[in-house]
Amino acid sequence: MSVPAEVSGRLASRVIARLDIKGPNLVKGIHLEGLRVMGDPAEHAVRYYHEGADELVYIDIVASLYERNNLVDVVARTASQIFVPLTVGGGIRKVEDVTQLLRAGADKVAINTAAIRRPALVTEASRIFGAQCIVVSIEAKRRPQGGWEAYTDNGREKTGVDAVEWAQRAVELGAGELLVTSVDMEGTRRGFDLDLVAAIGPRTGVPVIACGGAGSIDHVASALRAGADAVAVASLLHYKTETVGSLKAGLGERGLEVRR
Amino acid sequence: MRAPRVTVVDYGIGNVHSVVKALRHEGAEVTLSADPRDVPAAERLVVPGVGAFADGMKGLRERGMVEPIRAWADTGRPLLGICLGMQVLLGESEEFGRHEGLGIVPGRVVEIRREAGFKVPQIGWNRIFPPNGAGWRGTLLEALEPGAMVYFVHSFTAVPAREQDRLADAVYAGQRISAAVGRGNVWGCQFHPEKSGSVGLQILRRFLAA
Repeated sequence: MSVPAEVSGRLASRVIARLDIKGPNLVKGIHLEGLRVMGDPAEHAVRYYHEGADELVYIDIVASLYERNNLVDVVARTASQIFVPLTVGGGIRKVEDVTQLLRAGADKVAINTAAIRRPALVTEASRIFGAQCIVVSIEAKRRPQGGWEAYTDNGREKTGVDAVEWAQRAVELGAGELLVTSVDMEGTRRGFDLDLVAAIGPRTGVPVIACGGAGSIDHVASALRAGADAVAVASLLHYKTETVGSLKAGLGERGLEVRR
Repeated sequence: MRAPRVTVVDYGIGNVHSVVKALRHEGAEVTLSADPRDVPAAERLVVPGVGAFADGMKGLRERGMVEPIRAWADTGRPLLGICLGMQVLLGESEEFGRHEGLGIVPGRVVEIRREAGFKVPQIGWNRIFPPNGAGWRGTLLEALEPGAMVYFVHSFTAVPAREQDRLADAVYAGQRISAAVGRGNVWGCQFHPEKSGSVGLQILRRFLAA
């Protein structure tokens, strides 16, 4: 066959643009709080797609607070212009919420709060839509005594659940991917929680997306080397420190395979 | 010029909206249909689908789609199966038991072998190459460079019985993955052209010109 011998059969590291959305606005906070309005989510999403983002993630960050997801409109407006996978999360509580988002044009959904409150939702949704469609989102905060605790409601509520154990359990329940956000590092641009990435990434049977803290190309490269299959970046792109293209070029220079 | 027409088979399995949106983006007039009577009159047929092989075949059988799709494939008009829609083109699958497929492309569907350091399903971007040095001229992939990256999500992989039915291969976990098949005007992509950025849109555009 004519696949060159040097082809390793390893997948490219994915660079995912994460857009936190509140009402009509793209927002960005620090530790998932103190939100600053960054602009129109649709405009940013389409730009990141054209810059070469491998996927996009939209999170309605107040949805679980108000128990509804406002993103159907922005999903519908952008899905006809974005031809890479689109994951949508925030406030998904039942199978019908998933159906509605997929119909609007999402490819996957990210579930956090409802998955912790009612783990059977992960199994139900995974059976109906396939595991590839169900991303369990884990917001992890370091415990003073070591390890991490899973939080819900966008980093506001403690659960008492060990984040690493929950990651394993979520996969058993039917999650096809995990989006692991460090609440401690989120929005700080001081780098990922690499211990967290290493504790979950290589040990989990499904792809792990590391999120929270990317402030430079080196930060992103470190997270990928620590065992993340993909990285989700927000501030780095929203504040125009890097474009998706310059980020990927930098990862390539550091010896990581990315899609160009 | 009249817009190219495509009928997308909706057989109750997985998300069909993304492929409809991508085809429309490329200028197609798309009809989404769960009615087998729409098949013979179609200009081009797309069989999408994500999920388990048995569920896919069940969905096709329950809607009376099996015979119309088989008959369509014999007419020489363009047919594109995507992901599970490619797998059901094969003869049989071993996913959760043995199941008969459409048998349009001889061969079978097997599980990706689990190897240390590789996760199954394969989820992400991988490179595709023309097998056997044959090249992609005159095929759906002719606008692509060898090694182009496309987006995969799958746990099972097709093994076409005949080497000449292989249109593109990828390597994952040390295994040869049949990324695309082609036999006459019947095509199948294991990856998702509708989610593979501009490379994927080029493939759909070529299909609309077929």
